[in-house]
Amino acid sequence: MDYFIELFFGGLTRGSIYALIALGYTMVYGIIGLINFAHGEIYMIGAFTSFIVATVLSIYGFPVLAIVVIAGLAAAVWSASYGFTIEKLAYRPLRKAPRLAPLISAIGMSIFLQNYVLLAQTSDFLPFPALIPEFAFMEPVAHIVGSSDLVILVTTALVMIGLTFLIKFTKIGKAMRATAQDKTMAVLVGINVDRVISATFIIGSALAAIGGLLIASHIGQINFYIGFIAGIKAFTAAVLGGIGSIPGAVLGSLVLGLTESFATGYVSSDYEDVFAFSLLVLILIFKPSGLLGKAETKKV
Amino acid sequence: MSEAILKVSGLTKNFGGIKAIDNVDLDIRPGEIVALIGPNGAGKTTFFNCLTGIYTPSAGDIRLCNPKSGLKTKLNGMKPNKITEKGMARTFQNIRLFPTMSVLENVMIGRHCRTKAFILGAIFRNPATRREEEEIIEMSYDILKKIGLHKEVNEEARNLSYGAQRRLEIGRALATEPFLLLLDEPAAGMNPKETEALVRLIRQICSEGHSILLIEHDMKLVMSLSDRIFVMDYGKKIAQGTPEEVRSNPAVIKAYLGEEVDA
Repeated sequence: MDYFIELFFGGLTRGSIYALIALGYTMVYGIIGLINFAHGEIYMIGAFTSFIVATVLSIYGFPVLAIVVIAGLAAAVWSASYGFTIEKLAYRPLRKAPRLAPLISAIGMSIFLQNYVLLAQTSDFLPFPALIPEFAFMEPVAHIVGSSDLVILVTTALVMIGLTFLIKFTKIGKAMRATAQDKTMAVLVGINVDRVISATFIIGSALAAIGGLLIASHIGQINFYIGFIAGIKAFTAAVLGGIGSIPGAVLGSLVLGLTESFATGYVSSDYEDVFAFSLLVLILIFKPSGLLGKAETKKV
Repeated sequence: MSEAILKVSGLTKNFGGIKAIDNVDLDIRPGEIVALIGPNGAGKTTFFNCLTGIYTPSAGDIRLCNPKSGLKTKLNGMKPNKITEKGMARTFQNIRLFPTMSVLENVMIGRHCRTKAFILGAIFRNPATRREEEEIIEMSYDILKKIGLHKEVNEEARNLSYGAQRRLEIGRALATEPFLLLLDEPAAGMNPKETEALVRLIRQICSEGHSILLIEHDMKLVMSLSDRIFVMDYGKKIAQGTPEEVRSNPAVIKAYLGEEVDA
């Protein structure tokens, strides 16, 4: 039973990280209908930024909590500025182009960013300091649920609540929903759609950066390639839940995380991806719009 | 006579070789209800799209003059959201509400361009942002009362009846505080009772200081409501004047009913 619970929490942790990244995919898709393939790289850049900041701060002997908070904020801001810039440079000029053009631009951006980090940093795996300490109160259950799992779960939950609030109740959230539902009409009621799209990229990128910090600290190493794999997984999770739907992205991520965790635990870690993608195929066969996605019916 | 709040001169819009609008002049004075009529395909909606910045005119001039501040703006080439900020709002021929947002939210969103708070305000929720939010809600309720939807505030817009959706579109446009309201076939598909309520609503809006330019096919509505009428056919303006003048204008009759053929 302990083993089951351990796998269960491991899956939830994994799913939470996917969710932080998947939200960026799904929000951008919801608003401009683009799969932002460079989003995984944003997450990777977030991990690198927090690595650099955390290393510098630990040299100066900052307390661990301060390091986590400052590194997290720095990563969020830095990644957000990347997200903002990518949208401006690579997607905005193509807003009126056929759908394939920005998609290819996104893939190009992803390759560019990977290689940029490869050249600017290193191709080796870098040991990431364990930023999250082992809490004393977690001692009795530490063999099942680690402290960093707990921190990841709590952080993700808080971020989700904050995001839900932002989208449901604030002005920018209303503007985002309006833009997603009818861009032309949104402009006509006076919404600056460009600004709303920028804000979406900023929020999505900041979330991915937080994910980057958490997972890097959890796993203990980073390299320039982590964004690709995490990006594909998070994208899968977003599609699984119904791309464009925010609760769908979260649900899809948790389902994917749990599937992978149980597959690893009961079968073999070699089969992790087999199970994950088989699940995706099955869901797409039986519910093509994803778990919570709306079937798109175009009014004619 | 006071100055025109909207002055369109020589407006032309080409789509490839087709002249959808050909050298059209039009003006609206403060407090007026002006109708734009014409057979289907005459270019009326294209004309609206040029005014509101969805299309960029091929030639011609669109000038808006705020009756309160006297501020004049040339609208050609401006972005639609900027034009809305200048005080012109519109509704669509086919309903374009935000379907899964509530009635209240649909109106509140119209208020967006008049408020300042943005992403930081949303995160920190400072007192100014909160006050602004309260004012928006209050004002939105006033508008909903005016259009008779104050009992359905939390309903999703798509669940409203057809007539109510049309009124909500007008309410959302009003929330942007326009001095000029463009209505594209507001009575389309309405039953006589709904049309009657609409006429009352338009009159009330006009009496509160908004000028109105409307496209409509319901001639009874047009004739009873408008101060002046402009008639378009094949992209050209073929007539203008008071309802009486237009009704008896041979060119208008020809455009609508065709020419008599001597057999």
